[in-house]
Amino acid sequence: MPQTAGTLDSQQKTTSRRPAGTLYRGNTGMWSWVLHRITGVAIFFFLLVHILDTALVRLSPEAYNAVISQYQTPIMGLGEVALVGAIVFHAFNGLRIILIDFWNAKYQRVLFYVVIGLWVVTMLGFVPRHLINVFSH
Amino acid sequence: MTSTIEAPRSPYTRSAKKRGLNWEKWGWIYMRVSGVVLIVLIFGHLFVNLMVGEGVSALNFAFVAGKLASPFWQTWDVLMLWLALIHGGNGMRTLVNDYATSRISRGILKGAILLSVVALIVLGTLVVYTFDACPAGSPADLLPALCSTL
Repeated sequence: MPQTAGTLDSQQKTTSRRPAGTLYRGNTGMWSWVLHRITGVAIFFFLLVHILDTALVRLSPEAYNAVISQYQTPIMGLGEVALVGAIVFHAFNGLRIILIDFWNAKYQRVLFYVVIGLWVVTMLGFVPRHLINVFSH
Repeated sequence: MTSTIEAPRSPYTRSAKKRGLNWEKWGWIYMRVSGVVLIVLIFGHLFVNLMVGEGVSALNFAFVAGKLASPFWQTWDVLMLWLALIHGGNGMRTLVNDYATSRISRGILKGAILLSVVALIVLGTLVVYTFDACPAGSPADLLPALCSTL
């Protein structure tokens, strides 16, 4: 369908304005939702593997130690940083969703930046200590 | 092919047949309640296993067996297991409902999710409650300290 410059203009106008009545279309509302889904899926698949590897304690100490030592390599150490990063984001953004649902949705954008801020602070507390544990052993 | 498209923003009506227990509502509530509890359980789990002492490099059978020998950590881990798997399984179900387009693929994917969640809950619970921290015939240096005092 051919579009004249005029209709394109009004199209741009409507999308550039904040859409009324939706929290989840465009900008922070949408990206926090996308990140919540991606981190959720990643954590779910890690959880499946993590229960299986922990179940090895029932088999023998040797079997468990052989598998858990794989978690102590430098590459997996970096993977654990990503995992904890995903968990911390999912946790804080989950609290943000609860506040949007039960408290007040008009603060969703501010709350997104609070989530990012708390995520940075938590990761600053975790990452250096974890990397020292991984790389000094 | 003709198909009827409902008027946008028409209110959601529940048929008289479906009245009764609203599973979607309780699922929605479950995600929020379990989420809050899981933050406490998982942050505690990560702190004790990755932050205290030498963190991930100190993890081995002796460490885990020492924890799982106490009823406190047994309860902690089993609660975490059930709450997290059902929370994750329900989240994955939401994604399948959103992105799987055919009825058959939705059925297969949700069946696979249900199967893995049930299997892992059974496996994990059995492991925690049938676990022996001091298995006979294992070298003493691999076992937790509590085994030598028995």
